[in-house]
This record gives sequence, structure tokens and C-alpha cells, in this order.
Amino acid sequence: MTPELILASAKNPLLPAWYDIIWSAICLLIVFLVVWKYVLPAFNKTLDERAERIQGGIEKAEKVQAEADQALAEYQKQLADGRAEAARLRAEAQEEGAQIIANMKTQAHAESERIVAQAQTQIEAERQTAMVQLRSEVGTLATDLASRIVGESLTDDQRSANVVDRFISDLESQSSAQPVKGA
Amino acid sequence: MGTLNAANTMIQAAESGYHGPSMAEFFPAAFLFEGTPFEMNRVMLIRVIATVAVVVLLAVWAKRMKLVPGRFQSAMELAMEFVTVGIAEDTFGKERAKKFMPLIVAIFFGILFWNVTKLIPFLNMPGTGVIGLPIVLTLTVYVTYHWAGIAEKGLGGYLKDSLILPGVPWPMHILLIPIEFITKFITQPFTLAIRLFANMMVGHLLLVLCFSATTFFLVDAANGFQFFSIVTFAGGFFVFILEMLIVVLQAYIFALLSCVYINAAISEDH
Repeated sequence: MTPELILASAKNPLLPAWYDIIWSAICLLIVFLVVWKYVLPAFNKTLDERAERIQGGIEKAEKVQAEADQALAEYQKQLADGRAEAARLRAEAQEEGAQIIANMKTQAHAESERIVAQAQTQIEAERQTAMVQLRSEVGTLATDLASRIVGESLTDDQRSANVVDRFISDLESQSSAQPVKGA
Repeated sequence: MGTLNAANTMIQAAESGYHGPSMAEFFPAAFLFEGTPFEMNRVMLIRVIATVAVVVLLAVWAKRMKLVPGRFQSAMELAMEFVTVGIAEDTFGKERAKKFMPLIVAIFFGILFWNVTKLIPFLNMPGTGVIGLPIVLTLTVYVTYHWAGIAEKGLGGYLKDSLILPGVPWPMHILLIPIEFITKFITQPFTLAIRLFANMMVGHLLLVLCFSATTFFLVDAANGFQFFSIVTFAGGFFVFILEMLIVVLQAYIFALLSCVYINAAISEDH
């Protein structure tokens, strides 16, 4: 590179030619217009959409989380309620059972006492009847027996035994034919 | 054009020897509409190609944008967020950045692509290496920050805010007002344009210098000098890697300073 060569071009590099300015302006204008009207709007739109999508996703997740929390709380509450209800029912049932058992015991006691009392009364009554009947019949029987014994031949042992047997069977049939009083 | 042709003849005259880098490379012969304001030469074509590339890339990205991004979309989103959040919103704040976002994004991606053509084989020339594009970019930012300042505060309020520093004893203003004026209205735009332009131009010249020297040592130099081609190639390779950083860095710096200047114009406090 020689200084003469640079000077020989005699063109001051700091002074632009008109065509230089014009082509520069055209190029800058084209880049500016494309950036201004097309590229930047598209870029901003994409960034906004992306931000919106991310924002929406976060909000949705928060909503779902809140719903889940609420559902969990509700389930826990229901569970606690259920447990309390079950405990209450159990306590009630126990109380009721105890009540029933106590009632039954009382009832059974009363019944048994009633039955025993009734049986005693009946036994007493039957005894009275038997006593009265015995009293009224013993005399008759004795006289009847004595008269028969006297009426028959006392030598005949066989006969004498028949008389006694008949007497007894008569006695039996009489007592079975006559129903027990108070029964 | 006459001088340019003269330069070309000189280059041709030196054909057999060493091809040094030349400013003429930034002003190649026109091949379309010569002599009109729409004159098309190699550098202008490279700008148009880079413009088409960045527009197609951004448009395809925007067209295929999905809620769940793939690899391409993720990478582009990362780059875009570097600009929208890392450059614009960090400077302006989220709300005020919206208004200037298209400009900042266009400036960053535009400059990145117009720069990067210097590293692409067969293009090998930065679109920003000729002063017109840095000037147009700077003018756009310059008009934007003055306009935004006036829209925000009114003409008087804007001039007062930008020229008069608060909390300074009044005699100092005799000195400070001209300094502030020169800073806001001349130095800022000038440095903004020159920084980008000079970086790109010099980077290109360095690359050409290194690789043309490599070719010279390898092909034309006398025996025994071939060794130097290794040195110059290593230098060129280093510059190439450095330029990969610089093409991104310059786009970043330009976009960031644009934000800073606009923000200073619309902010209440200094």
C-alpha cells in the first residue's frame, strides 16, 4: 500500500456520493419496515401468548389444587362425622342393650316369682282339697270296708283278698273319676 | 471517475508485483445506472444482498413462530431478546422502549448483517465500510432523538434540558452551553458515524493487507521469503477472528448508543 495509491483515488472517504446515501436509505428503510410492521408484532404476539399460556397453566393448577384441598377437607370432615356417628350409635346400642338386659332380668325375676307363688298357691289349694276329701271319705271308707269284711265269709282267704283288691280298685277309680279340685 | 480509473490503471500496472489494499476497493466501477443517483456498484450490491438476507431471515422466523419454539426459533428469540431487553429495555425502561423498539431492532440487525459481509467469501466487503450507510443510520438516530426530545418537552424545554446543566454557577454556562451544544449536535452524531465506518473500513484494509501479503510472499517473492507468508497468514487469521467479534460489537455499540442518546433527550433528569 503506497500513500500515492490512496491519494490517487482522490475520493474523500468521509464525503458520501449520492448513490451511496440512496442505497443506504433504501436498505435501512426496508429493514426498518419489515421489523416494524411484521417481525416485532409477531414476536410480541408470540411472547404474549406464551406468557398467557403459562399464566393460565399456573392459574389452572392453583385452582385444581384448591379444589383438591377443599375435597380433602370435606372428606376428612365426613370421615370424622362418620366416626363420631358410629361411636354415638355404639354407645347408644350398648346403653340400650344394658337397658334391655336389665328389663329382661326384672321381668324374668317377676315372672319366676309369680310362677313360684302360683305353684305354691295351687299346691296349697290341692292339699286343702285333698285334706277335705280325705276327711269326708275316710269315715265312709272305713265303715264300708268294715261292713264288707263282715258281710263276706272271713274263712275264704281267696275271697277276702278279692274284697280288698276290689276295694282298692274302687278307690282308685273313684279318685280318678272325681277331678281334683282347684286344678 | 477519472481519478478512480487512474487508480485502477496504476493497480493494473503493478499487476506483476504486490497488490496492496486500496481505497479504490470501496469505490468500484458501477455496473448499473451509472451517473444516476441509483448507481449500482459492487458495495451497493453487497448491501442489497445483506438486506435481503436479514429480511428473509427475520421474516421466515416471524412466519414460522410457534408457541413452543424449535432450535432456530429459540436461537433467534435469544438474539432478539438480547436487543429488545439487553439493549433497549435496559436503557429506556420497559414502557418507553416500545416506541423506539422497531428502530433499535432494525439498526442492530441491519448493521450486523451489513458488517458481516466483510467476512463472507466472495462478498469480502462490509456494507458499512463506505460512509453513506453510517451517515444514513446516524442521521436517522439524530433526527429521532431531537424529534423525540422536542415532542416530549417542547422546543424550549428540550433545548434548556439538553444545553443547560443543572446545579452549575451561572458564569460557567458561558463555557458549558457551547460545549453541550457541540456535544449534542455535532460530536455525538459524528463519532457515532465515524466509529462504525472507521472500524469496518480499517478492518477490511487489515484483512486485505494480511492476505495479499501472504499471496505475495507465497507466489511472487524471491526464494527464502516464503517463510513470511506463514507470519502474514497467521496475522490475517487473527484479524479475521477479531473482526468476527468487531462486527457484532459495532452493531451492539451503535444500537446501545442510539438508545442512550434518545433516552438522554427524552429523560427529565441528566
